[in-house]
Amino acid sequence: MYRPAEGEQPLHQRLQKKHAKPHIMEEWVGKVYTTLCILVLVVTIVAIVYFVASRGLSTFLVNGVSLSGLLTGLKWDPEGDIPLFGALPFIFGSFSTSLLAALIAAPLGCCAAIFMTQIMPGFGRRVLQPVIELLAGIPSVVYGFVGLTVIVPLLRSTFPGQGIGIAAGALVLSVMILPTITTIATDALASLPFGLKEGSYALGATRWQTIYRIVIPTTLPSLLTGVVLGMSRAFGEALAVQMVIGNAPHIPHSLFESASTLTSAITLGMGNTVMGSAHNNALWSLALILLLMTFVFVFVVRFLERRNKR
Amino acid sequence: MSAKIANKLATAVIITITSLMVLAVVGLLGFIIVRGLGHISFHFLTSAPETIKAGGGIGPQLFNSIFLLLLTLIITIPLGLGAGIYMSEYAKPGRFTDSIRLVVEVLSSFPSIVIGLFGLLVIVNLFGFGFSLFSGALALTVFNLPLMVRITEQSLRGVPREQKEASLALGLSRWKTITSVMLPIAMPTIVTGTILAAGRVFGEAAALLFTAGMSSPRLDFTDWNPLSPFSPLNPFRPAETLAVHIWKINSEGLAPDAAQIAAGASAVLLIMVLIFNFAARWFGRLLHRKFTATK
Amino acid sequence: MKKILFLAVAVMLTVSLAACGTKGETGSGNTQNNGKTDTQAGGSAALSGSLLAAGSTALQPLVDQVSKKFMADPKYSGITVQVQGGGSGTGLTQVSGGQADIGNSDIYAEEKFKDADADKAKELVDHQVAVVAMATVVNKDITVDNLTKQQLVDIFTGKVTNWKDVGGQDEKITIVNRPSSSGTRKTFEKYALGTKSEDLQGSIQEDSSGTVKKLVAETPGAIGYLAFSYIDDSVKTLKYDGVEPKEENVVTGDYPVWAYEHMYTKGEPNEIAKAFLDYMVSVEVQNTDVVELGYIPVGKMQVKRDAAGTITK
Repeated sequence: MYRPAEGEQPLHQRLQKKHAKPHIMEEWVGKVYTTLCILVLVVTIVAIVYFVASRGLSTFLVNGVSLSGLLTGLKWDPEGDIPLFGALPFIFGSFSTSLLAALIAAPLGCCAAIFMTQIMPGFGRRVLQPVIELLAGIPSVVYGFVGLTVIVPLLRSTFPGQGIGIAAGALVLSVMILPTITTIATDALASLPFGLKEGSYALGATRWQTIYRIVIPTTLPSLLTGVVLGMSRAFGEALAVQMVIGNAPHIPHSLFESASTLTSAITLGMGNTVMGSAHNNALWSLALILLLMTFVFVFVVRFLERRNKR
Repeated sequence: MSAKIANKLATAVIITITSLMVLAVVGLLGFIIVRGLGHISFHFLTSAPETIKAGGGIGPQLFNSIFLLLLTLIITIPLGLGAGIYMSEYAKPGRFTDSIRLVVEVLSSFPSIVIGLFGLLVIVNLFGFGFSLFSGALALTVFNLPLMVRITEQSLRGVPREQKEASLALGLSRWKTITSVMLPIAMPTIVTGTILAAGRVFGEAAALLFTAGMSSPRLDFTDWNPLSPFSPLNPFRPAETLAVHIWKINSEGLAPDAAQIAAGASAVLLIMVLIFNFAARWFGRLLHRKFTATK
Repeated sequence: MKKILFLAVAVMLTVSLAACGTKGETGSGNTQNNGKTDTQAGGSAALSGSLLAAGSTALQPLVDQVSKKFMADPKYSGITVQVQGGGSGTGLTQVSGGQADIGNSDIYAEEKFKDADADKAKELVDHQVAVVAMATVVNKDITVDNLTKQQLVDIFTGKVTNWKDVGGQDEKITIVNRPSSSGTRKTFEKYALGTKSEDLQGSIQEDSSGTVKKLVAETPGAIGYLAFSYIDDSVKTLKYDGVEPKEENVVTGDYPVWAYEHMYTKGEPNEIAKAFLDYMVSVEVQNTDVVELGYIPVGKMQVKRDAAGTITK
């Protein structure tokens, strides 16, 4: 924390003797201040990773659960006579709900983005975008409640099964991540070089041909970035999903059967277990998996962005 | 010919899907607001909640939500601005800057439940802040900060290079250039972004369950001394926000009108978020007009 | 602009300094305050200080309600009681770690602190403040009125999956259970089933009584269990072994599915905690708030039960 300050000081003192310029001092203050801010940020994230990891790793170090047992085990029964920690159903549930949510939301988001940039830019950007961005502001508690009162009964009456499950979770999540995908897709489409599109039109291509052959292929990495970011948000969402997914620790046979995600397992169990018990540690391990997945998502996004720049 | 038909067809499909989406969104918003609107009254907005009797309100929760948001912003804005300025102006391209950017991105997509648990472990227990508004504000800062940094960085990058270079050429220090030339230009974007991010903070529940707590002590709204334990302004008292309150009465509510209270509170929450959104846009436009007209 | 910046830095510094300053005060304040009153209270009657009770969300409404009444009482006007949820496990962790003064729990601490942590349970002193009884509830379309213990066990372990096998119509059974860590589920398993229930494929698990009630009321063929206070006419209650789930039957011990609600302190409670706990079990509170919230007063019980589940008259 002190290092940049120390490094700068002799230089400043020298300069100050010569000129005694106040703006050098000012520059120094600015630099120290912003560096401090960034340090706070870095310390925070290091602390989070450290604490979650130290808790999450004790499942393996203290309770002697094997990593492969946790990742591939099918049975989750931490309170049983022989405690079993198989988190595969949760991992499966998290991946399938967020993937399905992205599959539902991505075409919708891209459609909206195309509409807003290619078909009716004025109306789209002034009216449509704010409306869709509103979705980002609705609290997840409200989403969960609406899901439980509207989507679950609807699914229950339309499809065989209890209505609760991966399908309900994915539907709720797809609405939640729609603004993320739409915003990024719109930005990507809007920043497309003007000449490309004009060139295509000049060659006699229709609008759809231009969109289909020029606009979408060139912006694909950015569109994918939006989808991945949306997925990562869906992956970490807790309260809304927990209310509509059913939470049985099993891999379901159908989309309409009770399933469970990493986040829902954590929300359900964390308050009821005492700190330091095997069950509690196992939940922290689930949190650690969530954390690592966040890193994976960020790396995927960066990879896509790098391809985009090329 | 077929290309033209395909064009028309595709346009029609896109317009249909988009309008269906808008209908769904408007329907969703309408559903929440209409269902709750009947329950909203002056009494509902100002009185304290009841445990078992009907007719409880959400007064303290509403106050707590707004106060918590203010506290969060007081902590986030200076830190976020500073870090954003560092990222866009001082950071030298290289592995260190790269990893900081990675850190910011990771932090911004952290699951809020993990942040809540981290808050319980570190802020509440280790630092001993207890279940308090301040703990809640710190937890919210953790995931508001990266947004703030990104917004600042992007809007500073959006400042035309010529303006920056002109200022530097006039002999102004880099810091002076940032604060008196670049920040005013970037301000409209920063303000809009901040308010939009604030809307998200307003509705957050998962991270607050374990940090700001789930109960509100009796508040004495005539006592404005921030150090008194009954004062609404005391940041070290536990506080239940509106989103947490909805979560609580949905799960363990015993009052006979719990469902209506939840519906009403959801509508209030949504209306607040709507106000934030419109305010952000309006204010951003106002600032933009002001800065571009005078400078 | 420079001024603004200095102001910003100053504000930030003050905020963080103030935070650090008050942190020290409040952090130790809780315990110091309590310590002070310990010595002070010997002479004077007026107690002052603060008290934090955290834990079980099922018990929270009761403690919340009583704490409001307690603080409104002029005798205790100097005391602030904070009530937090978080779950039984959090409550026990917090009280055992000294962050909370009282830990609310649905089950005995011995059942939560196991193996290596067993010593922690010994430090905690149990205060039983109410009795909560649970009833089996089903969706209203179910024609069955009574289930024997064996039938319940068969349903909750997955041996019976259709209502027709227990005397009802031809309808698939949907189980709405609690998560395996839940105190409510432990009580139900221990006293209604006498065995552990399985996390069956396709069964629903919810932690909150409100959601359980909603799901049982809406899902055809659903079965679950709820504390008496949450039962209303949206769901149907079943007899257990022919015994009606009613307070009279719980009090006599005929209806076995009940448990104590516990408020734990670490060691003997200090003056403030003791005042509050005494208030909690006072005749006035037990006969009004406890009953109003659907619990059964501890004093009314004609039978007693210990952590192992042994019943004494």
